[in-house]
Amino acid sequence: MKKDLLGIADLTPEEIYLVLETAEAMREIGQRPIKKVPTLRGKTVVNLFYEPSTRTRTSFEIAEKRLSADTLNVAVAASSVLKGETLADTARNIEAMSPDMIVLRHSSSGACHLLSRICKSRIINAGDGMHEHPTQALLDAFTIKEHKPRFEGLKVAIVGDLAHSRVLRSNALLLTKLHADVWVSGPPTLLPPGIERLGVHVTTSVDEAVQDADVIMMLRIQQERMQGAFFPSLREYFNVFGMTAERVSRAKPDVIIMHPGPMNRGVEIASDVADGPYSVILEQVANGVAVRMAVLYLLAGGVEDEAAA
Amino acid sequence: MPVVLDADRMARSLARIAHEILERKSGPGDIAEVALVGIRTRGVPLARRIAKSLFDIAHHEIPTGALDITLYRDDVSSHAVGPQPVVRKTEIPFSIDGKLILLVDDVLYTGRTIRAALDALIDFGRPKAIQLVVLVDRGHRELPIKADYVGKNVPTSATQSVQVHLLEIDGRDEVEIVP
Repeated sequence: MKKDLLGIADLTPEEIYLVLETAEAMREIGQRPIKKVPTLRGKTVVNLFYEPSTRTRTSFEIAEKRLSADTLNVAVAASSVLKGETLADTARNIEAMSPDMIVLRHSSSGACHLLSRICKSRIINAGDGMHEHPTQALLDAFTIKEHKPRFEGLKVAIVGDLAHSRVLRSNALLLTKLHADVWVSGPPTLLPPGIERLGVHVTTSVDEAVQDADVIMMLRIQQERMQGAFFPSLREYFNVFGMTAERVSRAKPDVIIMHPGPMNRGVEIASDVADGPYSVILEQVANGVAVRMAVLYLLAGGVEDEAAA
Repeated sequence: MPVVLDADRMARSLARIAHEILERKSGPGDIAEVALVGIRTRGVPLARRIAKSLFDIAHHEIPTGALDITLYRDDVSSHAVGPQPVVRKTEIPFSIDGKLILLVDDVLYTGRTIRAALDALIDFGRPKAIQLVVLVDRGHRELPIKADYVGKNVPTSATQSVQVHLLEIDGRDEVEIVP
């Protein structure tokens, strides 16, 4: 592994499979009476979250504690950012206390790359702006692997707000690296220019995207990132792009339905689909802990390029 | 490369260990509290073979598990360079509480693997006792650890390496010393 986990773009297929296989072993720890191993004893991990997050932050914290790392959460709303400190200065100050890893969530794309350049600590990207969210894509892949025999040729439909989604970017990068057949669909106003360069099929027809799909991955409508009118109303969005039982019936009979959360019920996904038999949404959350334990463990080791240096 | 155990002698050593286990656990019902846990990688097939011998002799099915000790190693954090060792799955599909656990490994050397395995096992419960079974004891202990059942004692120098090959993993049964 490299020093940091900044994005799926930097990972080879072998490294992706290594994370997934390590996560398989990590999951067993969560089923023990004592859900803790001493592996990262004496390591300090700082969870630096500049954006609200419940699932990802909790998941990282549980993963860190199960590996016996010392963790601390920096609640940015209550910190020196309000007093005007820049991200780089905050990072240098945290680094002065010599943590081993920093888990960063930030609203600006590339914030993790900035930290990676100025910090000796290992940096794990927990979502940067509209760029990447690598641990989400890894846990999605882990969930798919549990249900499907292989990634090659798997039809994966990713539907929703494509423009603002780091989950889309990371998933599209990962799934195409493993040779899945990725289809993306959403309103034309939310199709980012150049999206086909990710190696995916693009369509504005959800029905075409989900036809015979093995996996349907829904993306959240991110109203907090929208500064314009991308579609007339949420109700209309649901009618044209929402995942309903009728649409799901076009997919393969053993389709799985995924959502990175938090869900907008009745906007991108109907409640009966979210809670229905094809849904693996809560499995994704459970798998998140094992995958993050795997990433923390693998990054705690030595760095291959450092050996040469 | 001198071969210290060939397939035939390995089979006899393991059969002898199975007999010794039964001899020490002679009372009725005693065998019911025995469970085998193999340390990955090569302790696992060895544990299965001993379980099979015990079944053939005593007609009793011994619960058998697999333990990966990577996450309990004492050198995980000190790797300055190089990637992390691969973690594999621990599978102990029974309760170890109150059991006599026979921990099985291929080679006993510094004792550090066994130290890690003891820590790992104790996270699963409170066994009545833990005993150690090894195919080869090559000496050079760095911790106060001793095996209860030994297939063969092999005196070695610290620069030599003892390589165990098992049919299930390597396609042949053989123990050799590599200078």
